[in-house]
Amino acid sequence: MKPLPHALAATPSLDRWIRLTGEGGVIAFTGKVDIGQGILTALGTIVAEELDVARRRVRVVSAHTGHTPNEGVTAGSMSIETSGAALRQASAWARRLLLQRAAARLALAADNLTVADGEIRGEGVNEPLTYWDLADQPFDFEICDRTPEKAPSTYRLVGRDGQRRTDILAKASDPAFVHDSDAELHARVVRPPSLRHRLTELDVDVAAPGRLVVDGSFVAVAHPVEFEAARLARRVAGRARWHGIGSPPRGFDIDESRRETAEAFPLRNGVPSPVPRRRIATTHRAAYSRPFLMHASLAPSAAVAVWHDGALAIECSSQGIEPLRHVIARVLGIDADAIEIRHVSGAGCYGHNGADDAALDAALVARELPGHRVLMKWSREDEHGFEPLGPAMHVEMGASVDAKGGIGAWTHDVYGFTHVTRPSPRAPGVDLLAARFLAEPFEPTPARPALGPEVGIHRNAAPIYSFPDQEVTKHFVPDAPVRTSALRGLGAQGNVFAIESFMDELAQAAGVDPADFRRRHLQRDVRALAVLEAVLDSCGGLAGNRGLGLARYKNRQCCAAVVAEVSVDQETARIRVPRLWIAADAGRVIDPDGLTNQLEGGAVQALSWCLKESVSFDAEGAVTSRDWSSYPILRFNEVPRVETVLLDHPELDPLGAGEATVGPTSGALANAVFAATGIRVRDLPMTPERLREAAAR
Amino acid sequence: MTAFRLNGDAAQFDDGDRDTPLLYVLRSPAVGDMTAKLGCAREECGACRVLVDSEPAYACTLPAGAVEGRHVETAAGLDTPVRRALVESNATQCGYCLPGIVVAAQALFRTNPKPSRAEIADALDRQLCRCGSHPRVLGALLDLGGE
Repeated sequence: MKPLPHALAATPSLDRWIRLTGEGGVIAFTGKVDIGQGILTALGTIVAEELDVARRRVRVVSAHTGHTPNEGVTAGSMSIETSGAALRQASAWARRLLLQRAAARLALAADNLTVADGEIRGEGVNEPLTYWDLADQPFDFEICDRTPEKAPSTYRLVGRDGQRRTDILAKASDPAFVHDSDAELHARVVRPPSLRHRLTELDVDVAAPGRLVVDGSFVAVAHPVEFEAARLARRVAGRARWHGIGSPPRGFDIDESRRETAEAFPLRNGVPSPVPRRRIATTHRAAYSRPFLMHASLAPSAAVAVWHDGALAIECSSQGIEPLRHVIARVLGIDADAIEIRHVSGAGCYGHNGADDAALDAALVARELPGHRVLMKWSREDEHGFEPLGPAMHVEMGASVDAKGGIGAWTHDVYGFTHVTRPSPRAPGVDLLAARFLAEPFEPTPARPALGPEVGIHRNAAPIYSFPDQEVTKHFVPDAPVRTSALRGLGAQGNVFAIESFMDELAQAAGVDPADFRRRHLQRDVRALAVLEAVLDSCGGLAGNRGLGLARYKNRQCCAAVVAEVSVDQETARIRVPRLWIAADAGRVIDPDGLTNQLEGGAVQALSWCLKESVSFDAEGAVTSRDWSSYPILRFNEVPRVETVLLDHPELDPLGAGEATVGPTSGALANAVFAATGIRVRDLPMTPERLREAAAR
Repeated sequence: MTAFRLNGDAAQFDDGDRDTPLLYVLRSPAVGDMTAKLGCAREECGACRVLVDSEPAYACTLPAGAVEGRHVETAAGLDTPVRRALVESNATQCGYCLPGIVVAAQALFRTNPKPSRAEIADALDRQLCRCGSHPRVLGALLDLGGE
C-alpha cells in the first residue's frame, strides 16, 4: 500500500485540511499558493470530486501561517502531486467519517449509502441526510493510514472540460492583488546603484507626513499618499551618495577561466557525486549557452506589513511563507512565532523573484512606523535591477556515432552558477535583498552546489534517451557576478535546449530523420514515444521549417514534445514563430484547460527567452536593462498559434507540468531555425545579430 | 474639486491632484477603483490602460486634470461581452495584465465588432503579458467576433 502523502503525514489532523461550513460549504486548506497557475482551482476540484459535492461548494484557503498546513515552498511543479495528493486523501477520510456518522444516525451500513452533492441516501431513507446535518462536530481525527479513494473511472469533475478558474473575474474587476491592498502608508525603497554599493551620505530633510527610514544603507520612504511616496523616493534618491565595496565582477560570461575553476560533479544514479569524471572519446562536439534571464514579473514586487506590540503581520506573494517567516525573524531579532504571514496574490513570478525581498522591505519600514499598515512597492526600474536573475549556462556536448548511425557514447558537461538561493532557515546566510545593507548586516549564503537529484544546474542534464555509454557532469561555478536564483525550469531549459539541439545535429550527421533518430534512442520509453508520435500526428510531420524538442521534466514528471514552425526574414534575419504544437503526458489530468494553459504559457515564455531576452550589465555589476525597452519580451503580434494535445492517464497519478515545455520548446525552436535556414544557433537569444554571426561561421 | 465620470457614475478628486497621473488618482481612497494596474509608469506595459471617452489611454502618465468632464472607463465597469469572453475562456494566468487587456480589447470591439486575428493582435500589441496567455486571449476574442 502506498504511504500517506508526505504533507498529510506532516499535518495529520483532518480539520487542518477540510472543514464544513454551516452554510452548505466546504473549506479546503492548502499550504500552496496560486502564482497564476490556477492551483487553487484545481485543488478545489480534487476535493469536490473526492467528497462528492458540487464544485461551487468548495472554497480553498491558501497559505497563511498558523491557519494552513505548512507545505513549504510552491515550486518545482509539485503542488498537484503533493498538496493534491494530501487533499484527495484528506477528502476521502472526511467522506468516510461523514458516512459513518450517517450510518449510525440511519441505522444502516455505511457501505450501503450513496452521496450526491453532499446528500446521503440509502435504502428506505425518505429524507436524505446532508453532510451539513452531520457537521455539528469537527472531524477531530488524526489520519495515520490511508483510506480508499474514489476510482478515477467514476469521476464526474476531474478530467472534464469546461472547468472555470475561480479567481479570474475578481482579477478583472475587483481589488485582487497585494498591490491593491488598503494602506495607511505607502512605502518605497531608495536603492543603491548596485548590490556592491553602500551609503556614504544622505543629506535630506523629509517633512511630515512623509517619513524617512534609514538603517545602514537601507533607505526607504513612506507617505500616506502613494504618488507622494513615489515622488519622495525620487527626491531622496537624488540626495543619496553611494560608494562601491569589494571588487567589480570579472565579467559575466562562463569563460574558460571560470570553466577551469569550476567544481565537477559527475552524475551517479542521477546524483552529482564527488568522483573523478570519466573521459570518454567523442567524435562530435558542440557548445551551447544561454545568458542571464529575468523573471520580469509584470507587477513590481510588493508587500504589506503592520508592526503592532512587537508582533508583525505580513501580506505578500512569496512562494514560501513558512521559510520566509523564519528568515525575517532572524533579521529582525524576534521570535518566528511573532510573525504572521498571509499569501495574497501578486503577478506571476515564474520562480524566485523579488516577492520575498519586498516582504522584508515592508517589515523594516513597518518596524520603524509601528501601528501603521505599510504597503511597500518596488519601482519597475528596481524590479528589473534587483530581482535575483535566472543564471547564465554553458553546456558542452559530445558524442560518438557508431557504424549504424546510432549514438555509441554521450557526454554532457553543464557549467553554471547556482539556481538555488531562496531564503531558508536552514541556510547559513540571509538570502533577502535588504539584509546585506543594514547597519548590522546579514550576508547572503555563500554559493554552494546543490547536490540532490535533478536540482539546479543539472536539472534534466541526464538525457531522456538511452546510450551504450554516457557521462553527464555538473560543473558548479562559484563566483556568480550577480545574484541568481530559481527561474522556471531551472537548469532544465539550458540542458534540454543543448540536448535537443545536439540530437538534431547528430541526426543530420548520420543522415537520419530527426524523429526516427529519437525513436531509436528512446527504446522502450513508451510514454515518451507516445508524446513524440502525438505531436507529429498533430502537426502532420516535420516537413519544411519545423523543428522538434522533447523531454520529461526532471526525468520523472510531465513528458512534453513540441514542434515549432518558423519563418526567417531574409532581409532582417528576424525569426518569427507562426505555429507551435505541443503534446504532453502529465498522468491523470485534473483540469484539461488549466493544464493546457500552463503548457502553452511555458512554451510562449520560452520562445520569449530564446528569441529576445538577455540581461545587460555595466562593469560595476549593475543591471542596465531596467525597463521593457531594454529587456523586451514577446508581444501579441509575435506569439504563435498553439495546438496542444493531452495524453490523459486517469489510472495514473497526476504529474506537475508548469515547467515541462520550456526545454522542449527551446530545442524545437533552434531545430526549426536550422531546418529553415541551415544555420545552427547555439547561443541564446536567437536575435538577428546572433543569426548573422552564426551564418558567418 | 475636479469632476469626471467613472464607469457611468459621477466622480471627483481634489484640484491639487490635477497634475498627478490619473492612475494614482483612480487608485486613491477618494476614487477607489483598483482595476487599472501600475506596471512600469512609463507607457511600456499597458497594465494601467483605461478608456477616456472610448479612447485607450495610459493612466500611468496621463495627468488626472486631463479627464475633467470626460468619461473614464476601467475594466471594473466593462461588464461586457469582451470581458466575459476573456473570463469565461480562462484567458489569463496570473491576471495582472487582464484589466489592461480588457480595456484595449473593448476599444477595438467598439469600432470593429468582427476583427481578424491580426487586427486583435495589433490592438493588443502594447499590452504585455508575461505568463504566455496570448494565444488564448487571441482565441477568445476571435471567437467573440465570429459569433
